[in-house]
Amino acid sequence: MSSPEQWTHPEPASAPAATAAKPTAEQVIAGLRATDQGDVNLVQLLTPEGERVQHPDFDIDITAEELRGLYRDMVLIRRVDREANALQRKGQLGIWVPLLGQEAAQIGAGRALRPDDMAFPSYREHGIAWTRGIHPTELLGIFRGTDMGTWDPVKHKFHPYTIVIGNQVLNAAGYAMGQKFDGQVGDSDSEATICFFGDGATSQGDVHEGFVWAAVYDAPLVFFCQNNQWAISEPTERQSRLPLYQRARGYGFPGIRVDGNDVLATLAVTRWALEECRQGNGPILIEAFTYRMDAHTTSDDPSRYRLSDELELWKLKDPIERVKVHLVKQQWADSAYFEEIEAESEALAVELREFCVNMPDPPPERIFANVYAEGNPVLEAQRDEFLGYVSGFAGGEH
Amino acid sequence: MAAPTLNRADSGSGESDVQTLTISKALNMGLRAAMEANPKVLMMGEDIGKLGGVFRITDGLQKDFGEQRVLDTPLAESGIIGTAVGLAIRGYRPVCEIQFDGFIFPGFDQIVSQVAKLHYRTQGRNKLPMVIRVPFGGGIGAVEHHSESPESYFAHTAGLKVVSCSNPTDAYWMIQQAIDCDDPVLFFEPKRRYYEKAPVDTTKAPGPLFASRVLRSAPSAGAATLVGYGPMIRVCLDAANAAAEDGTELEVIDLRTLSPLDLGPVYESVRRTGRLVVVSEAPSESSITSEIAAKVQQECFYSLQAPVLRVTGFDTPYPPSKLEEEFLPDLDRVLHAVDRSLAW
Repeated sequence: MSSPEQWTHPEPASAPAATAAKPTAEQVIAGLRATDQGDVNLVQLLTPEGERVQHPDFDIDITAEELRGLYRDMVLIRRVDREANALQRKGQLGIWVPLLGQEAAQIGAGRALRPDDMAFPSYREHGIAWTRGIHPTELLGIFRGTDMGTWDPVKHKFHPYTIVIGNQVLNAAGYAMGQKFDGQVGDSDSEATICFFGDGATSQGDVHEGFVWAAVYDAPLVFFCQNNQWAISEPTERQSRLPLYQRARGYGFPGIRVDGNDVLATLAVTRWALEECRQGNGPILIEAFTYRMDAHTTSDDPSRYRLSDELELWKLKDPIERVKVHLVKQQWADSAYFEEIEAESEALAVELREFCVNMPDPPPERIFANVYAEGNPVLEAQRDEFLGYVSGFAGGEH
Repeated sequence: MAAPTLNRADSGSGESDVQTLTISKALNMGLRAAMEANPKVLMMGEDIGKLGGVFRITDGLQKDFGEQRVLDTPLAESGIIGTAVGLAIRGYRPVCEIQFDGFIFPGFDQIVSQVAKLHYRTQGRNKLPMVIRVPFGGGIGAVEHHSESPESYFAHTAGLKVVSCSNPTDAYWMIQQAIDCDDPVLFFEPKRRYYEKAPVDTTKAPGPLFASRVLRSAPSAGAATLVGYGPMIRVCLDAANAAAEDGTELEVIDLRTLSPLDLGPVYESVRRTGRLVVVSEAPSESSITSEIAAKVQQECFYSLQAPVLRVTGFDTPYPPSKLEEEFLPDLDRVLHAVDRSLAW
């Protein structure tokens, strides 16, 4: 094996020794493959065909009612996602960030949380929001431009969406340190924090620093990376030579790869990771291996950078379909049940649509509201001058 | 520390306790008082525990308050700021030390994107009561990145408050008031003045945090107004003493707060003197001094007898330290500007 020095300081091209020192094309390809295939270490409890399989470390007892609940969550949040996508196409939203394909990763992780646990999302975590008791209408203002999310992050224990890639990982590490400092770590009744980010974010310095901080302070933090294979147009191979979950080893904590399209496996692994954190054995990295079945956002055009064959392949691994098949096979649900969920999802879509089109624009005072907790006389003077100017127009507006 | 007196100048009661302290020791005592007053106050930074910080500002605090309240952090500034955000959301009041001015930039993203905006984003549901302490400015013969004056970046960012102390009394009280503030505060400490001494009354805050202060009055006509902050206040006061020997009265105002600016006393002064010289060692372009010049011409247009003049560092990177005496505004450059203003 050649040394990195030989790669970075190559001999002139004519020198045979230097040529031999470079990795071969096969070595490079093998390295890349390792990042984009689910490997033998992938934890799976429900196959894409709806077959229940056992895992020696991460099995889970699930009742018919619980599995129906997970199915309902996923169907409803997918319907929300499709409706919001349509609302963008109709001009009712400025942009939408689709979660299509990542329902199992999010519902599995979200349903592993307890009310006292804290969650830090990126901006695609509509499924996590759902599990934190946040009505989907509260997400719309971010994308319509009327607000920046209206939920109370303290009450729901769900941080605001964070758009700068990776920032929230450090914020989550600090919050988890606080849980530890508060004495809330050490047994099964303790609290934990979970932080969501994507494969692209793993290249950000803040994510690496978050790994370092959580590790050296033994913070009760689950790093939940949804590897959906694409950071807008860049494949995971552009972010890493190594499967992402293996990065944890370098920071000194466990990393595990779970089938992110398998809601049962995601639930089981996340529950385990949270429990380890509660006991004081955090942090832990989970890589949920999944796929972004739609565009990065409604402004994106995936046809420019990926093959439709890939999407077709992943459709066979759909996270919802396998649960439906399993429910039928187990006779845990019948067609009346599925119709009932379908009707509920349609009603939710109607509610979302009506709410969205009736959302009022915020008043101009909103520009100046809550910039500071204790006020700022310079800003207040600017506000008063502007509002006075605005009120000079007929009808009080432009 | 009597916490309720922090924001009231007149509420001290009982005996005054006046000690002669350096700025460095006054900050140390102020931090200690804040930690004693509120168990949620944490110190975070590089080398601030056992070592007490490279300037010893946190000397002895870890020994007395433990490693969980005085954190020797991993060596990454974004990590310091980013985890402090999480701790603040959790209910703590983190005080972050950035070891040197030029090392704040790895944390710039967290400061601008999260610290400054979370309160706005959540419409007040997340408060960020955190302080970021920054030893700043030149004059210590240091290598690159150890002598910078980055305060304008932060004053330009909505959601942050920015202050700078210039003397031991302010060091002692302003740091406690900043920690007590529910908004995030960038606290710029004049590192070249850390070891200057003055008497400090530790029983009574001299005034609120976000207020400028007239340090030397010049009631008569034929005078000029000098405005500065942080390490330049010593230069301004020396210049005023020298000018007085030549029969020229200079009014000296310490800004103390850079965001929000408290320019009322400056306007009042300029309306009397008609002349203003603003002093800062930061580069002049798009800076605190630009802002003051703009505001004063707007508010004092008919009072001005001369254009607002500025004495600043140059619009270059901070130079090799053998040149810093030329770079930094000093008594002669300030008096030269005063002469130009008076001769206009």
